[in-house]
Amino acid sequence: MSMHPIIASLRMHRIPAALIVLEIALACAVLCNAVFMIGQRMADIHLPNAIDERGISVLTLNGADPARAAADIPRNIDALRGIAGVTSVAVATSMPLDGYAALTGFTVTPEGKSTVNTAEYFIGSGGEQALGLRLLQGRHFNADEYANSGIEGFRSLGHVVLITQADAQRLWPGQSALGRQLYADGSQWTVVGVIADVLAQNPAFSGDRGQYSSVFFPLQPHAVLTDYVLRSAPQDRERIVRESLRVLGALEPSAVVEGKTYTAMRDAYFADNRSMAWMLALVCAVMLAVTAFGIVGLTSFWVQQRRRQIGIRRAVGATRRHIMQYFQTENFLLSSAGAVLGMVLAFGINIYLMQHYEISRMPWYYLPAGAVALWLIGQLAVFGPALRAAAVPPVVATRSV
Amino acid sequence: MMEHRMFTYYLDLALRSLKRNKVLTTLMVLSLALGIGASITTLTVFRLLSGDPLPGRSAQLFYPQLDPYPKDQPFSRSDKMPWLMTYVDAMHLVHARKAQRQAAMAMTQIKVTPPQGRKPFFSDGVMATADFLPMFGAPFQYGAAWTAADDDSRARVAVIAGFLNDKLFGGANSVGRSIHINDRDFRIVGVLRHWAPQPRFYAMHLGGRDYGGDGDAVFMPLQAARAEGMEPQVSLSFGATQAPDRETSNSIWLGVWVELANAADVAAYRTYLGNYAAQQVAMNRFQRSRATLSGLKSWLRSQHVVPDDVRLQVGLAFGFLLICVVNTVGLLLAKCLRRSREIGVRRALGASRGAIFAQFMVEAAIVGLTGGVLGLLFAELGLWGIRHQPAEYASLAHLDVQMFAFTFVIALLASLVAGMLPAWRACAVAPAPQLKAA
Repeated sequence: MSMHPIIASLRMHRIPAALIVLEIALACAVLCNAVFMIGQRMADIHLPNAIDERGISVLTLNGADPARAAADIPRNIDALRGIAGVTSVAVATSMPLDGYAALTGFTVTPEGKSTVNTAEYFIGSGGEQALGLRLLQGRHFNADEYANSGIEGFRSLGHVVLITQADAQRLWPGQSALGRQLYADGSQWTVVGVIADVLAQNPAFSGDRGQYSSVFFPLQPHAVLTDYVLRSAPQDRERIVRESLRVLGALEPSAVVEGKTYTAMRDAYFADNRSMAWMLALVCAVMLAVTAFGIVGLTSFWVQQRRRQIGIRRAVGATRRHIMQYFQTENFLLSSAGAVLGMVLAFGINIYLMQHYEISRMPWYYLPAGAVALWLIGQLAVFGPALRAAAVPPVVATRSV
Repeated sequence: MMEHRMFTYYLDLALRSLKRNKVLTTLMVLSLALGIGASITTLTVFRLLSGDPLPGRSAQLFYPQLDPYPKDQPFSRSDKMPWLMTYVDAMHLVHARKAQRQAAMAMTQIKVTPPQGRKPFFSDGVMATADFLPMFGAPFQYGAAWTAADDDSRARVAVIAGFLNDKLFGGANSVGRSIHINDRDFRIVGVLRHWAPQPRFYAMHLGGRDYGGDGDAVFMPLQAARAEGMEPQVSLSFGATQAPDRETSNSIWLGVWVELANAADVAAYRTYLGNYAAQQVAMNRFQRSRATLSGLKSWLRSQHVVPDDVRLQVGLAFGFLLICVVNTVGLLLAKCLRRSREIGVRRALGASRGAIFAQFMVEAAIVGLTGGVLGLLFAELGLWGIRHQPAEYASLAHLDVQMFAFTFVIALLASLVAGMLPAWRACAVAPAPQLKAA
């Protein structure tokens, strides 16, 4: 079908045509950027984390007498182990994504400077099993290392450390990290094991390169070990949280005990991200609906206005199909112009957002994807009015109005 | 009188025309309403978050910053000033008394044990020097703040929030009674009325939430709290040497606020601060002599107290509103072009271009106002949704009178902008050809 009559007719209706193009362009620009942002949020929400996320429950004990921690922690652990379904229990200073970041910059030489904030975890005996850390190289801490440990000003007085695979590759690229020394503020530790990537306590605070920068130190029972990590089968967790709250509450009447499953902790950390993603999705959906209905409205009006012309075309031999195609092609042309303009606009908005917000460059394929989406919506929207146009009988041509 | 009659006539014409195309009218109103609803929802949140925490007082409050970090290990790679101060510097500023009032502060988590064997719970505590509450104008229900003498003698006294007084003492005057904090007794010297500045500006970077909540529960003299072993929620160390205690170590953990009455005082304090920093460099305590003094509002702005997400949402909502306006322009235009003949007849019968323009603008305004009313409904719905979000500020999201009025301003503005082009096209219709075509 020749495009010429369509273009000629659009020229007659410059303003409505320009409005449709503008609306599609704006929608395309917003859509590309919003979908990109949703994608980034979802990627954050689903960051992998190499601990047994679905099997862990965490009890936090605050306000207990620090002087009695050394005696009370083993007693508490024994009591918690007695709960049916609990496979292992250990204490730790904090958990990934609990938001309380204890951060240090570690280096591979005594004078080195670090640009990455590493999250520090101290774990009590059995912490590796309770958390479900996945050992990739080397070994876990042994009993001696737990016995000869200590902490001062949140610095380990021991001599050994477990690091993540991400850090091993970052600090000693292409080499084995085992047996190497890690330095910070005049202290040093030997890497005895490399574990799969565990998230930082507060990835938002640790920065992009610090997301998986985590180190584990051994620590004997000490007042800073306030998190009790209980591991079980996933279906037992709710009950275990309830029972362990009761058990620990009875043992530590003057302290405040809180308990939740690890998945609940993780959900809470990403709750803002999730709600932003939902909000973006909602606005996109409503925006596309408004755009589609706008196209329906304008095209319907157009069809109505051109009833006589349609009738004449039908009378001189155009089939219903031809009429349909006419309106579909017209919409396709308008959508194309809108999409091209929209892609440019989307790119510009992304550049602006990169300058003013913590947003990275949008991969190029979002642009054509957004354009295709607007094309489809345009075709969907024009279908109804085009069908009505095709239904105009040839006899209309003979009527004066 | 004439004007008034004409307006009524246009109103009548507009209503007839809107009724004739119910679907098109509904589409226009709905799309405007959605755009307005989204914009008002996000703007309300934005306004709420960028509000003044202490109206009437904020202009006199200033936040000094110093830089004790070594040059080769700066506080921030982008050369920002350290957020907080060391104990030595903070106490120096407080004791120098160069401002009208001045206070150093840190946040701490405290365990409160209620009387009669009820369960202990954790609450937000503020450790501060004596000027803290008077300087910020915290309102008292009973008693008063502690004094500088209490600071020096490390008196174990406390001011508690109204909600905590209700919880522990059933709202009775509890001044003189004691409160069990971290297993030690503190004597209550004052009880506050509701006091929860939004944002919680004095705690920025000191830990805890920035928005929402009923305010902090307990306020205690800094030195007394520290003597009882209370730890600040945030402490950042620098340099290699680690002194054993926080008061002498290289770590920043205190915020300092000062009250300065006028521009001359501000200038004088700036000079004083600059001199102090230079002195510290001369004494080899500091390596950099920079010092800053920010007003409360500019401090909040520079700290991005409004989350980026909220800014993005406002941008998104206005982008959406723009799309809705373009949409409405298109639909109004369609309606008006369809009525070319009617316009031609009116013009032939003597209606001026201005009259046609006015008629179409009235029609657009009606669409706008209806869209505004419906948009208000959508905004209430949106804010209801926001109140059920996990964000800190969620519970504060309510439409106030100004935003209520602003909704109609936006609605009218949007619809008049949308109506301009169609109305202009309509009044350009020439009388004769339209009649001939008929």
